[in-house]
Amino acid sequence: MSTTLARPPQRKREVIEKAVIRFCGDSGDGMQITGSQFTNTVALYGNDLATLPDFPAEIRAPAGTLPGVSGFQVHFSSSDVFTPGDVVDVLVAMNPAALKMNIADLKTNGILVVNLDDFGEQDLRKAQMTVNPLEDHSLDGYRLFAVELTKLTRAALKDLGLDAKSMDRSKNFFALGMCYWLYNRSMDTSLRFIEDKFKNKPALVQANRLAMQAGYSYCEATEAFQISYEIPPAKLKPGTYRNISGNAALAMGFVAASQKAGIPLFLGSYPITPASDILHELSAYKDFGVITFQAEDEIAAITSAIGAAYGGALGLTTTSGPGMALKTEALGLAVAVELPLVICDIQRGGPSTGLPTKTEQADLLQALFGRNSEAPIPVLAPATPGDCFWIAMEASRIAIKYMVPVIILSDGYLANGAEPWPVPNIEDLPEIPVHFETNPVDFRPYRRNPETLARPWAVPGTAGLEHRIGGLEKQDVTGNVNYEPLNHERMIRLRAEKVAAVVQDIPDVVPAGDPSGDLLIVSWGSTHGPVTAALNAQRGKGHTIGHVHLRYLNPLPKNLGEVLGRYDKVLVPEMNMGQLVMVLRAKYLVDARGYNKIQGKPFKVSELERKIEEMLVDASS
Amino acid sequence: MATATLPPLTKKDFQTDQEIRWCPGCGDYAILSAVQAIFPELGIPKEKFVVISGIGCSSRFPYYVNTFGFHTIHGRAPAVATGLKIARPDLEVWVATGDGDSLSIGGNHTIHMLRRNVGLKVLLFNNRIYGLTKGQFSPTSEIGKKTKSTPFGTADRPFNPLSLAIGAEATFVARSVDVFQTHLKDTLRKVAAHKGSAYLEILQNCNIFNDGAWETLTEKDARSEKVVQLEHGKPLIFGKNRDKGIRLNGLELEVVQLGNGITESDLLVHDEHDPRPTYAFMLAHMEQRPGFPTPIGVLRSWGEVPRYEDVINGQIKDVQARRGKGDLAKLLRAGDTWEVKA
Repeated sequence: MSTTLARPPQRKREVIEKAVIRFCGDSGDGMQITGSQFTNTVALYGNDLATLPDFPAEIRAPAGTLPGVSGFQVHFSSSDVFTPGDVVDVLVAMNPAALKMNIADLKTNGILVVNLDDFGEQDLRKAQMTVNPLEDHSLDGYRLFAVELTKLTRAALKDLGLDAKSMDRSKNFFALGMCYWLYNRSMDTSLRFIEDKFKNKPALVQANRLAMQAGYSYCEATEAFQISYEIPPAKLKPGTYRNISGNAALAMGFVAASQKAGIPLFLGSYPITPASDILHELSAYKDFGVITFQAEDEIAAITSAIGAAYGGALGLTTTSGPGMALKTEALGLAVAVELPLVICDIQRGGPSTGLPTKTEQADLLQALFGRNSEAPIPVLAPATPGDCFWIAMEASRIAIKYMVPVIILSDGYLANGAEPWPVPNIEDLPEIPVHFETNPVDFRPYRRNPETLARPWAVPGTAGLEHRIGGLEKQDVTGNVNYEPLNHERMIRLRAEKVAAVVQDIPDVVPAGDPSGDLLIVSWGSTHGPVTAALNAQRGKGHTIGHVHLRYLNPLPKNLGEVLGRYDKVLVPEMNMGQLVMVLRAKYLVDARGYNKIQGKPFKVSELERKIEEMLVDASS
Repeated sequence: MATATLPPLTKKDFQTDQEIRWCPGCGDYAILSAVQAIFPELGIPKEKFVVISGIGCSSRFPYYVNTFGFHTIHGRAPAVATGLKIARPDLEVWVATGDGDSLSIGGNHTIHMLRRNVGLKVLLFNNRIYGLTKGQFSPTSEIGKKTKSTPFGTADRPFNPLSLAIGAEATFVARSVDVFQTHLKDTLRKVAAHKGSAYLEILQNCNIFNDGAWETLTEKDARSEKVVQLEHGKPLIFGKNRDKGIRLNGLELEVVQLGNGITESDLLVHDEHDPRPTYAFMLAHMEQRPGFPTPIGVLRSWGEVPRYEDVINGQIKDVQARRGKGDLAKLLRAGDTWEVKA
């Protein structure tokens, strides 16, 4: 920095508990990178956090237009964080379109940083704005910082000999540098990232580093911000932590399952948003012997995994709703031939192609019932991004122990969202015993383990075990093709009993909050965060409220009916039209009420709180 | 070693105790018999064989071969088999399929298996009809064919399975006929010897719904006139008196009468190892032209292309050789981590 600059006056630094920042801009503005960089930095500092990446399905909609807006929100705190935050404290908007699409979420008096250079007449027109919001006082309720991000970035990079377009690509790092100053964070983590990411392009290392430092210095040198903030580390449980997204956690969970089971992992997959990252992650883990097969379609993806499972591998397929629909027939085959298989459905908005990049949890009934005839399958759902790791291991364990396909229902929010995750010790991971049948004496392919009802896993290549399996109905014990009426009923019931038997192997539910009383909230999947936050906010207000979060959706935990009966009212918030609530009402004859949001976005804590209050008011009247 | 003292396998070892449920007189019996005859010759332990099928009459095949067998779902046998073969390259995996199973509902898997060159042996039972659903036209039925679902004749132009396979970059493409037992067994041995994807079309009669589908080729008198048997390194000669041949005229094949100055040396000499698909493609299309015989035998056998499963597993070995085997504890702690102290 130039020594001639006057030392900036001592400015105020305030210690606060938490903040929510949203970076938004054009799809080409690098908002996802900016957001994840900020996230990594605050994670390494020790804050608890939750993130919400929100991007369009189009790779690059026309620059500057409303459909092209991409955003990344991070909520970080010195106390427990359960959601990415309902309202935003700091909004960084790189263009008018981003401002227009996001300003509604900025809280009153919140900090608004915009790129002044992108508010020309043409830019406004692209965002379908007729007046400049920077001039019409519509932003008076916010602390507005209109910064010449483009010009300042170009000035910082002027000696690198880059063209204007290349220089402008670094302006997101200028904005990132500003935010680091605002929250008193070191730039070291991002500097390391830049050096690693662009190690083969030294010019870009220079450009991004200079831009970020320029953004930081800009805040330091100018008097734009009169205040900066300090958010101390959170009091997390002791241990080693890393930041993890749901899809990355699933991928690592399956590697761990494969290692604990001592059998290779085979992933058959066809690219689909928002599941593709699991394929990307696993395809890099060749050192763990992971086989990834990018199939010609969703059907080949699952059937190849069935083929690999038949050969003794841990078979896995990953997809989202439309792909799940295509896999339906093959799921029935896996049920009939009773081979272990794990299917991950990373749910997104539907029906049909729907909202590819937005979240929803409307595939529950499909997972439970969406097959021809009676084809029961255990269904599990992770509660948080980090829980995806444990669910992957648990699904693999159940699949192998019971010789059954298992469905995991994750969703777009868990898949792309991230949180600090306590890294487990290898010795604390569950064991996954595998037994391949080898004894040819009196071998019968459908003779069952009396406890689990699992049939033997008899893989090709084992002498004396030659046998045939297939989708035609089988005779009990021998596995030969059989069309007899009573045998068919017996086999249908056996397959159902086998899945029901999994209940012995899963924990009872223990409600959070009050163990009985006025209201029980039942949730599953990614609503865990907002429901937990709403419960915490609503307790101690004179009502007794409990919360049960289901990680096992089939079979349901064996004490669930009893727990439901302990409360006067039951509320089931879901990002669908009421699917779990339908199951609970049918199974337990309980007057559970649904609360449904189908907007491609997670629940806000405030929305849930209002609903809880509404139910409790009704209870008191 | 105990295995050294085991008696050699026989055809009987590959027969199951299951009652065969094909119609009496079905061409599938002949194919089953030929397969059961050549399997013991291959020197492969019985438990290493896996027969995988889709849906249809032909796909009941695994139930009748006493090896590991998997009767999967309609059209998907190549995909199931691909997964198995990648996970278990040590296995000898055969696929039994039909014209509906492989070329209609399973067309996509068929072409992708072939282009990848997965080490699978595919037997396409082509009877030009849907048998198990009782007599609808198939993607190989001749245009205009009257069937249960096309009382006024089909509007569909048929697939030529071998053209399709060659177009999909298949490395081994062959054809035989259910009733030509010696030729069928011979061709099956060549299928077994090929390392990559081997696609064998077997012209097969459905005596219930499409009887005489291949009569023009299989009738005693027709056989030599209508069929040219391909043999590597030998000229393309056919005819009862072996007096007709096929030669190249510009970019076209031409049927010629031997004699009158035309000798064997003018004829095309069959080269199944030609790496370019052009010649095999011309052969595959020959029968669709008037006056041309139907070729049987190996149209194309190109052994230079690596097998898919070897490439996939080779990558894993390479990475493990370079980086060592994966360490789970390290993986979980990869990237940036931080300690929270008590």
